[in-house]
Amino acid sequence: MKASHAPVSRGAVTLLIGTRKGAFTLKSDQARRTWKVSPPMFLGHIIHHVVADPRDRRTVLMAASTGHLGPTIFRSTNAGKSWTEVTAPPAFAKVPESEKGRAVNHTFWLTPCHANEPNAWYAGTSPQGLFRSDDGGATWKPFSYINDDPQYREWMGSVQDGTPDGPKLHSIIVDPRDPRHLYFAMSGGGVHESVDGGKTFSTLVKGLDVVEGFDPTTVTFHDPHCVRLSPSNPDRLYQQNHCGIYRFDRPSNTWVRIGKNMPKKVGDVGFPMVVHPHNADQAWVFPMDGATVWPRVSPDGKPAAYVTKNAGKSWTRQDKGFPRANAWWTVKRQAMTNDRHEAVGLYVGTTQGEIWASRNEGTTWTCIARHLPEIYSVEAATFGR
Amino acid sequence: MTIHIPSALRSYTAQQSEVPVNGATLAEALAALDHRFPGIRFRIVTEQDRIRPHIRIFVNDMQLHDLSAPLNNTDTVYIVCALSGG
Repeated sequence: MKASHAPVSRGAVTLLIGTRKGAFTLKSDQARRTWKVSPPMFLGHIIHHVVADPRDRRTVLMAASTGHLGPTIFRSTNAGKSWTEVTAPPAFAKVPESEKGRAVNHTFWLTPCHANEPNAWYAGTSPQGLFRSDDGGATWKPFSYINDDPQYREWMGSVQDGTPDGPKLHSIIVDPRDPRHLYFAMSGGGVHESVDGGKTFSTLVKGLDVVEGFDPTTVTFHDPHCVRLSPSNPDRLYQQNHCGIYRFDRPSNTWVRIGKNMPKKVGDVGFPMVVHPHNADQAWVFPMDGATVWPRVSPDGKPAAYVTKNAGKSWTRQDKGFPRANAWWTVKRQAMTNDRHEAVGLYVGTTQGEIWASRNEGTTWTCIARHLPEIYSVEAATFGR
Repeated sequence: MTIHIPSALRSYTAQQSEVPVNGATLAEALAALDHRFPGIRFRIVTEQDRIRPHIRIFVNDMQLHDLSAPLNNTDTVYIVCALSGG
C-alpha cells in the first residue's frame, strides 16, 4: 500500500447534507456511534452540494438555488455556524444581445483546489460550465476554454441531452501531486483532463461504452456519472458511468470495464462511486436498476453496496442492515461518501431522505437519520485542529 | 419609485417589503436595488440580462419583459415569484 494523500483522521465526523429542501448536518460522537441531526439550513432552497475545505478545516461552501430565484453560493468561515452569500456566484460570460447566451441554472459541484492554492476552489454548473474562485469562494470566474469553446459546446449537447434536471459538469478533481493536473466530467459530454492548470483540456473517453447503437468516438454520447481519484495512488481513477463501472491506470489511456465482474442480475449501472482513502484496490458502488425505462431504484427493491478489494476483479455484496425487500430508493452521485478513519466510515443518503452509515467499511449498515427531504449530496468533514 | 420585494427576496432587504430607488429604466432601478442590497439582482435577472423564467416584473399593472423599459419616478414596480412545483 502506498502512502495516501488523504491522511488518516480520528474522532468525530460531521456529515454535510444537501437536499431538495435545504441543508442539514449530522454530527457524530468520537466513536461514530451516535449522531445528532441539525435543524434545516436555508429551508426550501435546493442544495446540490455542501463541501468543507480540508485545507483550513473551517470554511464551507454551499451551492444553492430555489425553484424560481437565480442560483447562488453561501459561504461559512466558522464550520457552518453562520453563513453569508458570496459576492459573485458562478455566471457565464455575457454575450452580445444578438446571440443566445447561457445562464447558470444551478451550481452542481464544488471542489477545493490543491493544498498549495489555499483560497482556490472549482465549481461545476448546470448547464455545463467550469468556474474558479481564488478568494475562498467569494467571487467566481468562468473558464472560457470550456464554457465558450465551440467544440466543447458541441460535446455538451443541448438541455435535451442532459439529465432530467439539467446537464451537469461534475467530478472536478485536482491531482494532489500537481495543482495544474485537473480532471472533470460532464453528463453528457465525457471525461476531460488538463495538465496545464486548465488552459487546455483533452478528452479521456477511450474504452468507455455508450448506449447501444451510438458511436463511442462521439464525445457527446459519453455519460460519466461519477469519477473518483484514488488518494493513495493518484495514477488510478475509478468511474461509475451510465454504461458501466470502470478503472483507469496510468500510463494507459484506456478505461477498463470492471463492472463486467458484477453479478449479472444486479448489473453495473448506478450513480455514486467511492474509493478507499488508503487502499487504491478497494472501492464501492451502489447499483441501481438501469433496465428498460431506467427505474433508478435499488435492483429488485433490495438496496446494497458492492465492494471490490482487488481493483475490480471481483465484487462482494454488502447489505447487512439495509432493508431486505421493498425498499425502492436509490443513491445519487454526490450522496455516497467516506471519512478517512483507519476503519473507513461509509455514508449514503437516499432519495427518500435517509442517511445510512457503516463504521466497518460496509460490512454492516445502520440508519442514522430519516425523514429528511430527498438527499442530493453527502460529504464527510472534520473541523478544527 | 417604489419596488415591492417578494417574501423570497426579503432576506436581502432586512425584511423590507417596499424599497425606494431611482432609475430611468428597469435596468437602472434593478442596478440601484443591487447597489443597496448586493446579490439581489442576480436572483432576479440572468447574466444575459434576461428576467429569470419564474420571475415576473410588473410596473403598476403592466408586465415588463425587457430591462430597457422606461420608468417614471411615480411608478410602482412589483417583483413576483411565480411559485410552482412541489
